Amino acid sequence: MIELRGLTRHYKVGDQTVQALQAVSLTIPDGDYLALMGPSGSGKSTLLHLLGCLDRPTSGSYILDGHEVGSLPENDLAAIRSRKIGFVFQFFHLVPRLTAAGNVELPMILAGIRPVERRARVAKALAAVGLTDRAAHRPDQLSGGQRQRVAIARATVMGPSILLADEPTGNLDRASGREIIELIERMNRDGLTVVVVTHDPEVGGRARRILKLVDGRIASDGEPA
Amino acid sequence: MNALDLLRFASLALRGHRLRTILTLLGMSIGVGAVILLTALGEGARAYVTNEFMALGSNLLIVLPGKTETTGNAPILGGTTRPLTLQDCEAIQRRSRRVRRLAPLSVGSARVGNGEKRREVTVLGSTPELLSVRHLEVGTGRFLPDVGIDRGAAVAVIGRTVKEELFGSENPLGRPIRIGDWRFRVVGVLAGKGQSLGLDMDDVVIVPVASSMRLFNQASLFRILIEVGAHSEIDAARLDVLNVLKERHEGEEDVTILTQDSVLGAFNRILGALTLALAGIAAVSLSVAGIGIMNVMLVSVSERTPEVGLLKALGATRRRILQVFLVEAVLLSTAGGLLGLLVGYLGSAILSQAFPALQTHPPTWAVAAAVIVSLAAGALFGVLPARRAARLDPVIALAGR
Repeated sequence: MIELRGLTRHYKVGDQTVQALQAVSLTIPDGDYLALMGPSGSGKSTLLHLLGCLDRPTSGSYILDGHEVGSLPENDLAAIRSRKIGFVFQFFHLVPRLTAAGNVELPMILAGIRPVERRARVAKALAAVGLTDRAAHRPDQLSGGQRQRVAIARATVMGPSILLADEPTGNLDRASGREIIELIERMNRDGLTVVVVTHDPEVGGRARRILKLVDGRIASDGEPA
Repeated sequence: MNALDLLRFASLALRGHRLRTILTLLGMSIGVGAVILLTALGEGARAYVTNEFMALGSNLLIVLPGKTETTGNAPILGGTTRPLTLQDCEAIQRRSRRVRRLAPLSVGSARVGNGEKRREVTVLGSTPELLSVRHLEVGTGRFLPDVGIDRGAAVAVIGRTVKEELFGSENPLGRPIRIGDWRFRVVGVLAGKGQSLGLDMDDVVIVPVASSMRLFNQASLFRILIEVGAHSEIDAARLDVLNVLKERHEGEEDVTILTQDSVLGAFNRILGALTLALAGIAAVSLSVAGIGIMNVMLVSVSERTPEVGLLKALGATRRRILQVFLVEAVLLSTAGGLLGLLVGYLGSAILSQAFPALQTHPPTWAVAAAVIVSLAAGALFGVLPARRAARLDPVIALAGR
């Protein structure tokens, strides 16, 4: 369960202050499927980064599963990212020299999980995204859709409760994009909280709830029309 | 992330940029190899000189006319000092029981000829004792006859080169040669000995000392070589000799007596300094290689900024990122160091093969220092890039900025 209270994020750019997010209050219950939409510069990505503990709010509070995390030190945030949050990016962010299996294994290596267990979980995660036969391929040997599926396997292999996807279909053709969304929806049905940042109305329209941001504020919050 | 995972991750990253990695390794290995090879060369030179001296026997005293306080440096010859005479030799022989053998030495240079064939050769004057004092060997014929120290004889023992130049394949024994304007008869040919303390013993003619002093019109001997009974008596023998000569020279201490140890000590100091200087020069290339590693790591960090962002998003702490890049740098420098060891040892083996007289052995301290320095270089020069990576803001890093 995510609770944001008056969350604000300001940046200093030169001697100007950019108010990327202003007093955002929001509750995301477990298992929710939320689309973050809005024009460029509206604060979608900033909010996603705050939700993912990659960034800290200037003010306000962020309560994750009952604990205030907005002001935690960096190492604690890293631990939260490791255990509770999975990221999927528009440009996949796969490590080019690692195989699909190696990329999926990476978060577990960082978390210090033993190799035997890692191998079992990699196999399971790759099977869940339908890429068992591509385990030994490097990213440059995979199609865009396959790469994003590897990224999803990587994002979920640690068993997080929240999946944060930043334009996950933005770099894919429509068919692959649809497959990725269906994959994410299946995981949501299995209980994963999903927050998707998207420009694509079709992707947003499939969410249970659409949050529209304009100029760093919530402009609307509700079910898709 | 355990040590094995770190190593695996680092080596994968290095293999991902094969050419860059190889070039960096090359730089490091040249640095380490240079340290090892150059110090091996220095040590080899030292061992060579030590061996040369040891070949003369470690209980040798060398008396030279003139007084110097230094050891190892030859005094300036000539001037006002009293000559070192054959009578001095006899007195030493007679009065010191610690002297086992004694060989006077006079040195000159003369044109030596056999018929039309002539050659400018170093002529040594001595006694039969020279054979054992300088560990010489006679190839054919015999050495100088024992005619008494102050009596000349027109006989000569020639070195191998002289024999070949003047007689070719003919047998020189019993044949006359001219030395300057004098005629001598060849009685023996030295076995090949090669260079010995800067003198090519193959290219000399040895005649009785009284003859050579007359031939070159010398009043003083060049040296007196004294072999002492035992190494432990060398200091006492030195005093004996000094006292005898002082007495004979009207109470004045006007000779210099070198011991093998003092000469060797001086050479050791000089060549030790040379080795250090060579190591210093090589260390420069090692530090250049270290900077090369830093450069490569900085490039790597800026290239892999998005990857750093990803690792952070996946839960890597700053410390972890620091480790990842530091291990990469240390791996690079260590691999380069090991490669350098190989290059150094290989190079010194090749040198030893090419110049058998110069046995090059990389000294242990240099090998240890090179390995430690290469390890430390990776850590030292890797810190800056690794810290830069660790401090990256994950959001900015992910955006690849």
